[in-house]
Amino acid sequence: MMPLRGNPLLHWTAWLALALLLLAAPFMIEALLGRAWVRIADVALLFIMLALGLNIVVGFAGLLDLGYIAFFAVGAYSYALLASPQFAVHWPFYVILPLGAAMAAVFGILLGAPTLRLRGDYLAIVTLGFGEIIRVFLNNLNRPVNITNGPQGITLIDPLQFGGFSLAQTHQLAGLTFTPVHNYYFVFLAGALISIAISLRLEDSRIGRAWVAIRDDELAASAMGINTRNMKLLAFAMGATFGGVAGGLFASFQGFISPESFHLIDSIMVLCMVVLGGMGNVWGVVLGAVLLTALPEALRYVGPLQQRWFGEVFVDPSDLRMLLFGLALVLMMLFRPSGMLPARRRAPGPLPAAAGKAHGNG
Amino acid sequence: MEIFAQQIVNGLVLGSIYALVALGYTMVYGILGLINFAHGDITMIGALVSLTLVQLLAAAGLPAPVVLGLAACGAMLVCAALGLSIERVAYRPLRRAPRLAPLITAIGVSILLQYSAALVWGKQYISLPSIIEPVRFTLFGAQMTLLQATIFLLACTIMGGLLWFIKASRMGRAMRATEQNPDVAGLMGVNTNTVIAFTFLLGSAIGAIAGLMVVLYYGIGHYFMGFMLGLKAFTAAVLGGIGNVAGAVLGGLLLGVIESLASGYIGDLTGGVLGSNYRDIFAFLVLVLVLVLRPSGLMGRHAGDRA
Repeated sequence: MMPLRGNPLLHWTAWLALALLLLAAPFMIEALLGRAWVRIADVALLFIMLALGLNIVVGFAGLLDLGYIAFFAVGAYSYALLASPQFAVHWPFYVILPLGAAMAAVFGILLGAPTLRLRGDYLAIVTLGFGEIIRVFLNNLNRPVNITNGPQGITLIDPLQFGGFSLAQTHQLAGLTFTPVHNYYFVFLAGALISIAISLRLEDSRIGRAWVAIRDDELAASAMGINTRNMKLLAFAMGATFGGVAGGLFASFQGFISPESFHLIDSIMVLCMVVLGGMGNVWGVVLGAVLLTALPEALRYVGPLQQRWFGEVFVDPSDLRMLLFGLALVLMMLFRPSGMLPARRRAPGPLPAAAGKAHGNG
Repeated sequence: MEIFAQQIVNGLVLGSIYALVALGYTMVYGILGLINFAHGDITMIGALVSLTLVQLLAAAGLPAPVVLGLAACGAMLVCAALGLSIERVAYRPLRRAPRLAPLITAIGVSILLQYSAALVWGKQYISLPSIIEPVRFTLFGAQMTLLQATIFLLACTIMGGLLWFIKASRMGRAMRATEQNPDVAGLMGVNTNTVIAFTFLLGSAIGAIAGLMVVLYYGIGHYFMGFMLGLKAFTAAVLGGIGNVAGAVLGGLLLGVIESLASGYIGDLTGGVLGSNYRDIFAFLVLVLVLVLRPSGLMGRHAGDRA
């Protein structure tokens, strides 16, 4: 992603070409693969935002969050409740998206505050529980007062709207047809680019260095004067914020959400993107998000293939996907723990063991 | 009052199952400092294996006690082998890796087990053939079945046996030594690899029994059943003080009673606003409260600080 350093003209030409490519991508994808894949590209961009958010928590600060999708759910439901016939309120997106992000951050802090002063493992199990518990609430908060509409979910969510330009309608501009998936592509592209920019700037900031220090050796980091608890809390809240924004965008994009969209499986999927791509490496995480969004789509063809070859479907493609994810998590940790694109700051070779409880000074 | 006694009895029976599963978490955590996310799913495998065995053996017309005994043995064998191989393949190579690595493999193994089970048993609920006639009796004003009583007593026997084993046997002493300091234990001639492998074997076999008990108690099994069970058992372990075997027993029983009372009375207390469909959140609330108020648990020695 660093095209031709040294020659300024070539450098800028390369960046310009990349920008044009990204702008033209939805039309090229539509021409080559069909409109369904434009939608997949949208989802990939959304997952880039999510994965970058989780990367702040897992990759930078080294905290394992196994219920990340819960923050996505908080953002999505915040958006859905404030921009749908559910409560008959239709606030504009530039009010709700920040609100949803703030809600997610608040949940992040509520969850992180009791656990982050303890060992990191507790965070993993608390977030794992929270990710499932939030579904219990979403499913049951339809009585006595109907808030979430229970398992039926919330429908008719307002699309994003810029002035009179609704993203849910098809527009003709400059001879090109902008269907809703095209419109959202550009919004999500902007979101993903902003997330990448924030992540890159964070990585090289004082805060980012503090996170990496905590990840590599918490004791040493606190000896250097880093307030480890607050820094961890900040990482957790910031990751949640990314999830909240992505959730709001998701709600507007889909127009419908239900508790079933926010399963443990989805948390694991985002985690896989971060781990496979390379924990702590922004470009690695982007690559992981794109690959892992496209892979399940490709796996869809496995079902019919089994049907043709064996006469019946042995492995449901979505189960196959989960089996591969589980396997990938184990194998990556065993053989290439730093991911496809390892983070720069990480020392080559095995890291010195973080001081574990039982095997600290080995 | 009768309802109260009934909830206590139900809670104790359920809690004794939680305690059995919690033993697996707490033993591994005590020795390796690792949350073995896969343990709940090992229990699930134990449950489904024993379910299948019960189905097969009952169809063969064997008497119920024989069926259950054989099912328990089969499930224990499968789970012990599974626990051993998971430790060997997924955890041992990462013993000196950064903290995050074994946690991520643990969650990976958990997912692998769940979806392998979905592959073998399908995703639908599997119900237990009715092989035991429910025998009811009354105890302190509470209805109880013979099955519940058996589960409770058997669980208590296993827990007592384990406590004795850890306290008195040679292997138990090696386990305690490894828990305190694996390096020094190694210098003293303890083969720590064997001890750790044995811990996994023991925890998984006990988990298998717990799995059979869950199947008998609820009458159904499911590929995802290990998740909530694992979460609750882990909560029980933390409540009792993670790493402490007696604490896990206490935490399990206590959690069972808390959950049973809370879900039994939540409807009355909130005037019918919240129902027992919130059952699953109590364990989580207990977990968060314990972590806020007393992270070392009821019987833990030191705070679960990063040491």
